[in-house]
Amino acid sequence: MNETRRIAMLDDVDRRMVRATQDGLPLVARPFHAVAERLGTTPEDVIARFRRMIAAGVVRRIAAVPNHYALGWRANGMTVWDVDDDRVEALGPRVGALAAVSHCYLRPRRPPIWPYNLFAMVHGKSRAEVDEDARVIADLLGDACRARDVLYSTRILKKTGLRIGAAKEN
Amino acid sequence: MDAIDRAVIALLQDGIAPEPRPFEAAGRALGIDEVEVLDRLGRLLDDGTLTRFGPMFDAERMGGTFVLAAFAVPEDRFDSVAELVNGHAEVAHNYARDHALNMWFVVATETPERAETVLDAIEAETGLLVVRLPKLAEYYVGLRLAP
Repeated sequence: MNETRRIAMLDDVDRRMVRATQDGLPLVARPFHAVAERLGTTPEDVIARFRRMIAAGVVRRIAAVPNHYALGWRANGMTVWDVDDDRVEALGPRVGALAAVSHCYLRPRRPPIWPYNLFAMVHGKSRAEVDEDARVIADLLGDACRARDVLYSTRILKKTGLRIGAAKEN
Repeated sequence: MDAIDRAVIALLQDGIAPEPRPFEAAGRALGIDEVEVLDRLGRLLDDGTLTRFGPMFDAERMGGTFVLAAFAVPEDRFDSVAELVNGHAEVAHNYARDHALNMWFVVATETPERAETVLDAIEAETGLLVVRLPKLAEYYVGLRLAP
């Protein structure tokens, strides 16, 4: 059940590069030059390191992260499902493949407070839209699903992303 | 937000390539110049339409870990508990949700041990039982919002 993942080895310059960019890339025409200058290396080196980290999956992409509330995607529903253990491995990827589902994970149940093992995050412009997507998931899961719920987010309290070495530096 | 802003968001959500002048390439695709891409990106970050622009790191590939956790916070303590939780630099996201478990946060750390330490500290500081829901398998991650 546990994933075995290849751990990418990062050297000291990689780690300094992560720390220098985890708050974001400088908004200048040559952002990798600016990072290189901060690290005391060359732009070619920084670019090569980012390419390597993307290839290794350490960096998913270098991209804009939208505030989905600001974009009108106000309904963020965490749909949660209690799915038969023998069938969840087959059904999980099918739920994840639905267009409306942005993230889909298997997690432990914590009875009695938390009976659900399959999590599928659904974003919509309204709760009605999310409820409709939840119905599609329910149909897909069929009798493999014993119980379900939808938890809507009501406020973003914090959204920053990973902080490497934060405890040491702050 | 105009049509060009929406096009900027759609394009930059998919990401830029690590190359000397990435915004020039983005501008070419959008039919605007590099300076305008940067101006619009800066404004969308300032006004909160975008929360961040930069590399999206996968903590697990760096040997780190993300742990989803939740707890039931009494309403009259909600804001002070949120402040305590958010005060930990390792807390990457925190959302209020309408459920008995009304605060949901993600701890991102370099090691699983460090995540446990942070969760233990949050439990000790708040006196609230933290329900730990680490990921056992990932079936899909691919958020793309049409702006």
